[in-house]
Amino acid sequence: MSKDLFSFVGKSLERVDGAVKAEGKALYGDDISFPNMIYAAAVRNPKPRIEIRKMDDSLAKKIKGYFGIVSFKDIKGKNSWPLVMNDYPFLPEKEAKFYGETLALVLAENQRTAKKAAACVRLDYKELPFIDDPLKALEKKSLKIYGKDNIISSFKIIKGDADKAFKDCDVVIEKEFRTNYQVHAYLETQTATAVPEPDGSITVYSSTQCPFYVLDAVAAACGLPNNKVKVIQTVTGGGFGGKEDVPALVAAHAAICALKFNRPVRLAYDRKEDFMSMSKRHPSWARVKYGADKNGKIKACKVKYVLDGGAYATLSPIVLWRGTVHAAGPYKIENVFIETYAAATNKVPCGAYRGFGQPQICFAQESLIDDLAEKLGIDPIDLRLKNMIQSGDKTATGQKIDESCGLKELTEIVRKKSRWDKSEVKINGDKRRALGFSCAYYGVGLGAKGRYLDRAGAFVNIYRDGSVQVNVGNTEMGQGALTVLSQIAAETLNAPMKNIKLAEVDTSKVPDSGPTVASRTTLMSGNAIIEACLPLRENIFSAAAELLKAGKNKITAYGGFFYFGKKKISFEEAVKECWSKRLKMSEQGWYAAPNTTFDINNGQGNAYVIYSYSADIADVEVDIKTGEKTVHKIYAAYDVGRIINPKLAHAQAHGGILQGMGWAIMENLIVKDGIMKNPNFTDYVLPISTDAPQYDISFSEKLYKHGPYKAKGMGEVPLIGVAAAVRNAVKRACGVSLTYCPMISEKTLKTINDKK
Amino acid sequence: MKKFPLSCEINGKKIKKEIDSSLRLIDFIREDMGLKGTKEGCGEGECGACMVLLDGKAVNSCLMMAVQIHGKKLVTIEGIHEHKYGKELQDSFVKEAAVQCGFCTPGFIIAAQEILAKNPKASLEEIKEGLAGNLCRCTGYENIFKAVDKARKK
Repeated sequence: MSKDLFSFVGKSLERVDGAVKAEGKALYGDDISFPNMIYAAAVRNPKPRIEIRKMDDSLAKKIKGYFGIVSFKDIKGKNSWPLVMNDYPFLPEKEAKFYGETLALVLAENQRTAKKAAACVRLDYKELPFIDDPLKALEKKSLKIYGKDNIISSFKIIKGDADKAFKDCDVVIEKEFRTNYQVHAYLETQTATAVPEPDGSITVYSSTQCPFYVLDAVAAACGLPNNKVKVIQTVTGGGFGGKEDVPALVAAHAAICALKFNRPVRLAYDRKEDFMSMSKRHPSWARVKYGADKNGKIKACKVKYVLDGGAYATLSPIVLWRGTVHAAGPYKIENVFIETYAAATNKVPCGAYRGFGQPQICFAQESLIDDLAEKLGIDPIDLRLKNMIQSGDKTATGQKIDESCGLKELTEIVRKKSRWDKSEVKINGDKRRALGFSCAYYGVGLGAKGRYLDRAGAFVNIYRDGSVQVNVGNTEMGQGALTVLSQIAAETLNAPMKNIKLAEVDTSKVPDSGPTVASRTTLMSGNAIIEACLPLRENIFSAAAELLKAGKNKITAYGGFFYFGKKKISFEEAVKECWSKRLKMSEQGWYAAPNTTFDINNGQGNAYVIYSYSADIADVEVDIKTGEKTVHKIYAAYDVGRIINPKLAHAQAHGGILQGMGWAIMENLIVKDGIMKNPNFTDYVLPISTDAPQYDISFSEKLYKHGPYKAKGMGEVPLIGVAAAVRNAVKRACGVSLTYCPMISEKTLKTINDKK
Repeated sequence: MKKFPLSCEINGKKIKKEIDSSLRLIDFIREDMGLKGTKEGCGEGECGACMVLLDGKAVNSCLMMAVQIHGKKLVTIEGIHEHKYGKELQDSFVKEAAVQCGFCTPGFIIAAQEILAKNPKASLEEIKEGLAGNLCRCTGYENIFKAVDKARKK
């Protein structure tokens, strides 16, 4: 028997869904089929903004295997996707608002025929004037395409008096920053299949992070009560936020078609249409201002932050809110003024992407802090250490951080590991190599703006043979949820890991558990599982003690066995004993996050239940003749509370860092006059094997008392600070203060040459 | 549609089948043969999720026509375990946490099998180069390099 505190938690156990995936047996959305299934393909808007006059499918009707067309007229429920602002119709009636928007769907006997038929639909339309620049959209005299002012959403944080405080500062610095789109590029494109059932209900198979969003949308589109819609999540080939909201739209389209033709309908996107019409990381513009005294005490911060929301609100208000809360950075600053806007444009609606509105403002704010350090003549890490949040300090929203804050320690870890204090700019011909730092905090869970959704359920059922079925409402999308949640169930029950079965979500088996976003799954579903397991554990431990003829508190439980003296029995034997006594061996668990607050007038309140933290140092080489960058290594340290599975946590960190690096220096989506120019993997360049840096990952586990085994949330922090660390390394290496992202070679070269 | 009498070997089994001459190889594998482990990620040869071995060479099945495998031997992820390094790669991908969402994994295993079969002593740089035709958005690649390295040592 080991002396470890836990049997399963904290162990690098193998993924429970690893083998089925490595063997090619996992069934993703496009791998399943049903008798009589037909295929849908979308007819898409060819322009940024149009008035729809007529759609004519007479040419398509000549194609063998064509079934027909589906427009808004076929919607049996309400033509409004229930999501935050409810402004997005499932299918447009008179006006289409962005290039690539689905106008109608055509059905055919197979995928190829459906695509062909979609291309044959003749569209009669009138082009309407459009707006593609979010800053112009906010101007008073601009064309109005959304409400009376093109503002989807806006927030403020007012703490102290920033304008007054700047006057007393010894050093003030202010700059503008811009960041571009980022495409999720999950390898599996959006896919849904809708199957009409004999009783008038519908079952939807969806590649999604949020099965309950899919349920809401399908029920609304079909005019069905919630209990007549069942959503089964298929094995999901990546999400990163890109399968938060939009799978609901895809699934609703499939369901509308399925009801019209009374057949199972598959709607699977190709890569181009996935690029064109599905959500993205918002492009951003920010003006940031910091003021400090000569010793480096930051006294004031002012931020104006604008997100390019696209044609419909989707998740922009919530993305903007998260960006707002974190906009001043993880520092204790007495005077803060932040104003933020999500502006509407006739472009693809932007939404959730790993970091959720925070990476953009973090890039701006962590870049400017570095420039402030330079102006003050203080080491950039020393400047941050003077100002960063520690336990007992208050954030920009006035929230007191009273536990689980490891930011200072993380900073010291990466400083030491990278030998920051001895590092110098290395010059080798045209190449300049240096280190750059950034740090970040991240509110775990949905926070005050989404608190009504911040709850989760679990169902745990122990069979007579000791095998255990666990159902949760949060999803596996690659991040390792099935494994980590299995570890939590095994630990709490003292059941062998192999006895636990957790599968993709079925909405008919577990209550609405909110979305699988905001790094909330371990925390929320983990706690729900523990709640369900505790009464079962009570029964099992009592039975084990009886079988061992020991007092209940005298037995030891470890690794699926119970011990008393030299005697030992298995979990299965204890379960059998419970069943023979007719004890209840299944339980529901429920976890609701502690309350959070946000005063809409001044942005003050306890915005999130708890924060995770990160510190990054990037080791970057710049070729000053070409502007090319090589990221050699990222030193990263995280405080995400207890690590449930170290190996999977490291793997998450690697992936998050590389996505951050891709956004920082290579991924560049081009939208010109409202038309997307490079919607493919040939021209939108993603990091490949030879681009990957070395990863040096550390954790400092500051335990969170309300977390499952004292864990917080891991998914997003690895991405957030990377771009700023890279940018700060570039600055140190070749003396240019870049203010844009992606820092592609051509642009960097121009900045270098302009400075000469 | 013009028909073609295809004759080939797939995962060790001889196949004879009348097919559409305009059928893509990936559609033949997934739809006609029902081998769903081969994935379509982009449809234009950029992501490598659809890789299969054709006479031992890793190819993107979305860029080939089914008629092009006439008279040849095809191996998909479902048959890779019967080949040297195949099972070892599948195991080490799981052990080294080189699998996350798993959608790219079959393609990577196919590409890795070709690398090791050609040169069991491939250097880390050669492994990286050999995998440059496969996109993974989840893992940051490092664990994939480790998995390939470990597989040959078994």
